[in-house]
Parts: sequence; C-alpha cells; structure tokens
Amino acid sequence: MEQQTPQVEVQPVNKAKVKNFIKVMLYLAAITAVEFGIAFTVPHEHKWVRIIVFIVLTIVKAYYIVAEFMHLGHEKKSLKMSIVLPMLFVVFFIFIMIYQGGAILEALY
Amino acid sequence: MANSAVIVEENKKNIWGGGVSPMKASYGKLMMWFFLLSDAFTFSALLITYGLIRFSHPAYAGSVADFKFSQEYWPIPEKVFEAFPGMHALGIESAPLVFVGLMTFILIISSVTMVLAVEAGERMDRKAVEKWMLWTILGGLTFLGCQAWEWAHFIHGSDMSMNAVGNFLQGAGLSANQYGPPNFAALFFFITGFHGFHVFSGVLINFIIFYQATVGIFEKRGHYEMVEKVGLYWHFVDLVWVFVFTFFYLV
Repeated sequence: MEQQTPQVEVQPVNKAKVKNFIKVMLYLAAITAVEFGIAFTVPHEHKWVRIIVFIVLTIVKAYYIVAEFMHLGHEKKSLKMSIVLPMLFVVFFIFIMIYQGGAILEALY
Repeated sequence: MANSAVIVEENKKNIWGGGVSPMKASYGKLMMWFFLLSDAFTFSALLITYGLIRFSHPAYAGSVADFKFSQEYWPIPEKVFEAFPGMHALGIESAPLVFVGLMTFILIISSVTMVLAVEAGERMDRKAVEKWMLWTILGGLTFLGCQAWEWAHFIHGSDMSMNAVGNFLQGAGLSANQYGPPNFAALFFFITGFHGFHVFSGVLINFIIFYQATVGIFEKRGHYEMVEKVGLYWHFVDLVWVFVFTFFYLV
C-alpha cells in the first residue's frame, strides 16, 4: 500500500512557525508561574483582587491557546466572529448565576 | 501532472456541493469548530454551576493559618489539593497545588507537540507526524495517570473531620466528604471527571490518527487535515483545563 505513493514531497520545517509555537508555550508557562506566585503571595483577605487577577490571566492564556494553537487568530473574520460572539451568552450567564448564588445564600443563612 | 491530480481530488472529495468553502475552511474543520463551541457551552455551564453553588455556601471567614475542614463552609482549595506522590517519604508535609501545576504543564506541553504534529502534516512529513503524535498521546496518558492518582488521593482522604450529627468523615464520596459541603466533592468529581473523559477520548482519537498516519492513509489522501481537526479537539481539552485550573484550584 505505502509503496504506491512514492511521489510525496516532504517540505522542510517552517522555522518561523515552530519558533512562534515555542514562544506561545513560554508565555503560557510564564503566566501559569505568575498565577502560582499570586496564589502564594497575595493573602486570601484580598479575595476579589485575587479572583479578578486570576480571571484576567486565565483569559490571556485562553486567548493564546485559541488564537495561536487553534489558529483561530489567522482564520477569516466571519469564522472568528461565529465562534467568539456566541460566548457572550456565557458572560451573561456568569453574572446571573453568581448573583443567584448570593441570593440563595442570603435566603438560607 | 500534479495539478490534474489535485483537480480530480477536489471533484471527488468536495463535500460542499457548490464547490466553494465558506469562511475558507473545509466542511470538517468548520463543523469541528461548531462542535467545540457547543462543548464550550457545556463546560461553561458546569463551571458556572460551581460558581453558583460555591456562592450559595458560606465562605471561610477566619485566617488561612487556622483553617480546618468543616461541613459549615466551602474549603480553601489549596488546603485540599496539597498532596504530591511520595512527598511524605521525602519529609514534606504539604505541597499545595504543586501536583496540579505539574498536570497543567503536562497538558500545555502536549498541546505544543500536537501543534508540531499539525505543522509536520502541512509539509507532508509522515515521520514527524508520527513522532509528535506519539509524544502527544504520551502526554495525554501521563495526564490521565496524574488524574487517577489525584482522584484516588481525594477519595481516600488524609485526616478526618466531623459532620453536623457528629459522625467522623474521611475521604470523599458523592454524598459526603471530609473537606467541606457534600457539593464540593460532587462538583469535583463531575467537572474534573467530565474533563478527564474528554482527555481520554482525545487520547483514543489521537491514537486512531496516529495509526492512520503510520499506514499512509493521509499520504494517499494527499493532505493531513485530519491531524489539524483532531488537533483542534486536543487544544480545546487544554483550554478547558486552563479554566478548571483557575476556578477549581486557584480561586
């Protein structure tokens, strides 16, 4: 079977692309390291500072994974928008449900 | 010669009846994106449920140094996940979040090897695709092994706490756990379990792709787009872990 396709031509490694992937990996690793640093240095009393910083850093990491690893940043704008815009529903959902959680707490205790 | 071969391929294989690819992406790739969007909604719903239930329980109010597990309030995650295989043998009492950090790095690295497999596929390099797919599969299996250890440790528990009616609790189950309110462990099992199942199926799919690459199916087809599509799924699994890591372990 394999012998039937001898005409396959292997192209050389795209160095710029690989370099970019390594760069993204280092970014992700560095951001994770920063998250650890914050988890152990910023005291729990600053609860909301911690939460907001963690969420921002998580979104930065998610951006790098989706845009570079999943290549969405280099797709057509219509494809980008059809994936990113529906996620706005999730943002909305977060706010109502967290609010509900607080309301349940108040009702119970 | 090469040109005519491509034309035949297009006529035969083009699933988009009209002969055009909207958004400059193939049918399969586009559908993979929409599947991932729906999966993202599922995971969002699970993590938001975690937020809702956590906010409907009292938070621990005292100082972190005096923290003790109790059924009365939600535990501080870093106090729960503080074990590392063999740490007691090394004389280390607690290693908060170290193990889960290792798992995070394993997934990030396996994402990079996946992206290198996709890059190798774009330039028709079968040997490199095989190599990077194998590393990706290895990364996935390592992650699953880590998760199995973490689950086992979580279920067996470390020390005991008492519930409201005075029963001692050790370890975690679906109805009760030593660490905090019953929902804490239930959500842990459900969310990390659902993610772990995605990793598991990702490893299986990666293996199928690895096998198809080795027997030369993609070479005959003339492109390695399957590697790219499965790569999307694998990166998505990594993406979800980034969020699970933040909302389950850090916050």
